[in-house]
Amino acid sequence: MKGNAVDSPDVLVVGGGLVGTAVAYGLACEGLTVTVLDQGDGGFRASRGNFGLVWVQGKGFGLSPYARWSRSSSQLWPGLAKSLLEETGIDVSLKQPGGFHLCFSDDELAEREKRLSTLQAELGGDYPFELLDAKELRERLPAVGPEVIGASYTPMDGHVNPLKLLRALHEAMQRRGVKLVSGEEIGRIVPDSHGFAVHGKNAVWRAPRVVLSAGLGNRALSTQVGLHAPVAPNRGQVLVSERVAPFLHYPTINVRQTDEGSVQFGDSMEEVGYNDFTTTDVLATIARRGVRSFPMLKNVRLVRTWAALRVYSPDGFPIYEQSLQYPGAFVVTCHSGVTLAAAHAKRVAPWVAGGAIPEELPAFRGGRFLEPGYVPANAH
Amino acid sequence: MTSKPLFRVLAPVAPAVADDIVQIWFNDEPLKVPGGRSVAAALLAAGVQRFRATPVSGAPRAPYCMMGACFECLVEIDGVPSRQSCLVSVRDGMRIHSQEGASDLPPMSYETKESVHGR
Repeated sequence: MKGNAVDSPDVLVVGGGLVGTAVAYGLACEGLTVTVLDQGDGGFRASRGNFGLVWVQGKGFGLSPYARWSRSSSQLWPGLAKSLLEETGIDVSLKQPGGFHLCFSDDELAEREKRLSTLQAELGGDYPFELLDAKELRERLPAVGPEVIGASYTPMDGHVNPLKLLRALHEAMQRRGVKLVSGEEIGRIVPDSHGFAVHGKNAVWRAPRVVLSAGLGNRALSTQVGLHAPVAPNRGQVLVSERVAPFLHYPTINVRQTDEGSVQFGDSMEEVGYNDFTTTDVLATIARRGVRSFPMLKNVRLVRTWAALRVYSPDGFPIYEQSLQYPGAFVVTCHSGVTLAAAHAKRVAPWVAGGAIPEELPAFRGGRFLEPGYVPANAH
Repeated sequence: MTSKPLFRVLAPVAPAVADDIVQIWFNDEPLKVPGGRSVAAALLAAGVQRFRATPVSGAPRAPYCMMGACFECLVEIDGVPSRQSCLVSVRDGMRIHSQEGASDLPPMSYETKESVHGR
């Protein structure tokens, strides 16, 4: 039966992944009533397939507000982790010891230097990083292999257990009164004089504000409320090993050891549409790079592989915008839901609640893709 | 939660096809177990209930799925850690140890450099 949901919350959040639940949790902390409408198990669910980095280094090359925004989130992260632990008892295992990007050629290292020094200049110097030669790197990471010729390091990077994060956000928001509706598919959103009527498979939901945080679903939803979010899938494949004794105490861009001892390998990017299957050739390439990085992993046993679809905009940067045509409708979409979780809870939520837009965010309007002469750059 | 083992060995279809008994060691204790089955099945038949301790909490574990999916049955077999005992056939003379926590990675050796052909 399809009817009107009785209680109208202050805000409807469409999407119960890392982005939607972080915003919903932040809104609940601001004192608003919130309903989160989450898709069923058939969704693509990038939040259940990601790598778990809280990563800053190198991001924002070509759009420096993204570097500031990512940095701001990483600085807010300890507070988020502490609140989630206090409110839910779930330790999301945040560690921010800094991170390494290992390089296998002089060209790669030169590219790191160019990227990071440009970002440092654009951020007025407030962007610490080091470039390490092979000898310096081995003093910090004794396990690196002989083919690694150097690395970039920044103290800004870290990692977290992403599945515990998703669980903690779900738990924390509901403890603060957020209503979670699972298995709801949203088709139409109709602006009306009271706000928005969000038509689901099971009910029509109404609220004066709506946040679109539906991942790949934002593409079709946003146009209905005067927003533009042309996101498309970008596939990443991941391998995870058995648990082994701790040997790697820092995250790297493509290999990290988790809080519970397993080793994750990743960082592939493919544009293959809505296909979230793994492929042997890509998995083999990822594994080879991992073993070249840390030869002691040659004999480690893999226990699982998977693929997930990043929510990717044409330039790889996030999209944050309130609709000019229908104020009260917001789109919040990105491919770094882990890194940006703290910014979403602590800076996006107050904006949605009626506060000022965070200073970095005007650069992320979806309308940028419609401007004449727009040239996409890659954010990753 | 029960700690009573749910595993039981079915009687052979006919005595003629009964499997030979093999000699193995589990944590240095000699065991005579029926052959022709996995290490996990043989150890369970011999009454072993604790195969390993988890790396996270140290809790005891024993086989669960018996088909290679759950990784609960890890043991060290002939010096190789973290083997899935449900996927390895039991053989006479095997030295098996419970898997205590996370295994160490093999020591780093530059001789194992794998990229000799520019792979």
